[in-house]
Amino acid sequence: MATDVHGRIGPLEKTAIGRAPAPEVDAPHTDGPASARGPRPEGARGPGGDTADQSVGAPDEGAAVAIEVAGLSRSFGGRRVIDDLHLTVRPGEFVALLGRSGCGKSTLLRVLAGLDREIEGLVRVPRARAVAFQQPRLMPWKRVWRNVLLGLPGRPDRTTAERALAEVGLTERATAWPKTLSGGEAQRASLARALVREPDLLLLDEPFGALDALTRITAQRLVADVWQRRGCAVLLVTHDVDEAVSLADRVLVMDRGVIAYETPVGLDRPRDAGDPAFTALRAELLDRLGVAAPVGPAVTAEAVTNAVSDAASDVVSDVVSDAVRKEG
Amino acid sequence: MSPVLEPVVPLSARRRSVPRWLRRATGPLALLALWQVCSATGVLSPDTLASPGTIASTAADMTRDGTLPDAMAVSVQRVAIGLALGGLVGIALALLSGLSRLGEDLIDASVQMLRSIPWVGMIPLFIIWLGIGEAPKIALIALGVAFHLYLNVYAGIRGVDTGLIEAGTALGLNRWGLVRHVVLPGALPGAMTGLRYSLATAWLALVFGETINADEGIGFLLNRAREFFQTDVIVVCLLVYAVLGLLADFVVRTLERLLLQWRPTFTGA
Ligand SMILES: Nc1ncnc2c1ncn2[C@@H]1O[C@H](COP(=O)(O)OP(=O)(O)O)[C@@H](O)[C@H]1O
Ligand SMILES: [Mg+2]
Repeated sequence: MATDVHGRIGPLEKTAIGRAPAPEVDAPHTDGPASARGPRPEGARGPGGDTADQSVGAPDEGAAVAIEVAGLSRSFGGRRVIDDLHLTVRPGEFVALLGRSGCGKSTLLRVLAGLDREIEGLVRVPRARAVAFQQPRLMPWKRVWRNVLLGLPGRPDRTTAERALAEVGLTERATAWPKTLSGGEAQRASLARALVREPDLLLLDEPFGALDALTRITAQRLVADVWQRRGCAVLLVTHDVDEAVSLADRVLVMDRGVIAYETPVGLDRPRDAGDPAFTALRAELLDRLGVAAPVGPAVTAEAVTNAVSDAASDVVSDVVSDAVRKEG
Repeated sequence: MSPVLEPVVPLSARRRSVPRWLRRATGPLALLALWQVCSATGVLSPDTLASPGTIASTAADMTRDGTLPDAMAVSVQRVAIGLALGGLVGIALALLSGLSRLGEDLIDASVQMLRSIPWVGMIPLFIIWLGIGEAPKIALIALGVAFHLYLNVYAGIRGVDTGLIEAGTALGLNRWGLVRHVVLPGALPGAMTGLRYSLATAWLALVFGETINADEGIGFLLNRAREFFQTDVIVVCLLVYAVLGLLADFVVRTLERLLLQWRPTFTGA
């Protein structure tokens, strides 16, 4: 299945987990994120969805997982930001992680990315994982296509980059300097850079946070499309409840260092923010986040933003999205 | 009461009188003319300062008989060697202390301490250690260059955005990959600043080195002219220093334009 190769992020201390670990293919214990990567085995990608594809890769991986976290803790100067957190994500699952600012979402994501290893507990993630941060973090001294190829093993050529850029609608900007990209274009370049790694797990840390409402809608659709095409597991950190409900299979709410609440999103795609089930779920999640659900016109700033994007998506997005795609 | 209207005059329609460069040139040209007049009327004696005309013809003579080109070649060579040596040492030390904590602990404190010694004060020591040949002159230039490059490259390395380092790590770059693709390009603007400062210092060190004891080079011409009160030769030598300095600056600017075109900084309106 999609996540047959796992790298175990070296914690300071490991706690036992209930289930026998899936067969490790090679070099499971990593000393650095760099060594956790290598060319992916051929045919390791299964189709999207929840059912494990037993025909390729590891044959007897009964409980295939894309993320397995057990008893994870992370403290900053004695303050436990993550405190005995447990989390399992299935291959191909789209999970959104909500939480108030400062609750530790980015910290968790950095741990899953292998960027923060001062941790306790057990963390297993696919070797082929990719991250897109809130800021695009393109190397300003490399043209876009070189940014996309940066860090890939072997000597990939430009067509590899161009394929990934085409997937995010950025073909014409391949030779541009990052400084000449608009915010949305830079964010898409960053996404292309993540996708070119053919990840089994895509980690997204508020990737749309800095985008304007219209560009954000385009970018959200892009991620939804890519996810459906690639079938990789996605963990999307966001503070936007509507974004979480419209994209994810499952929504998690993080609070006090643990996953305090989780709910599946049993709505058919594409989802309509006006659907009563959608509204109910949004209200429930806002409540879990400690924000009074918007009743009538008395709404939070967040809900206003969302209302604006809803209106935009209902009325103009189809007309505008192509223009936005061009403008970024 | 109706407001008083005034026309917004298009920029192109206004003062087409004198081109800007001509206006800018009037000041220096007037000074030059004044200087020539003072020299011609005897207000400024040739022993104080030669006239512009004399200086021009002296420069032509010195070029024709080869003294000036020869002296320039010697001086430029000194700067080039000093720059190369000092650059090598400065950049190497900056990499060692910029890239590793151990290197920083071992190197940075010593360099910071040595830096507070005015390098011109090292001349007597250099003469004792290295004699009065080429070595002390080149060493003096290399010393000034090394400090500037060390400080700026080190600051450039330590100024690289940690977000980019993290992104590089997440992309699977190993330590050397990070250095090559993230840290060094990120330190390049600092290195270019360092190069510019070190060139200025290199010319200064050259003047000091050559005026103290030399038997060839621009500084030697300068010294000999002083003994014979040849103010025209002195001015020619000073002009040569100025032109060489400008040329070096032009080279650095060109390098910056080529190497730092990715930089999203203000480039002047
Ligand atoms: N490097 C760090 N040093 C100290 N505290 C940190 C560090 N990184 C994050 N924190 C703290 O951990 C908490 C969670 O941060 P973060 O994961 O970034 O929150 P968010 O959920 O908004 O992404 C915050 O209180 C933050 O101040
Ligand atoms: Mg965050």
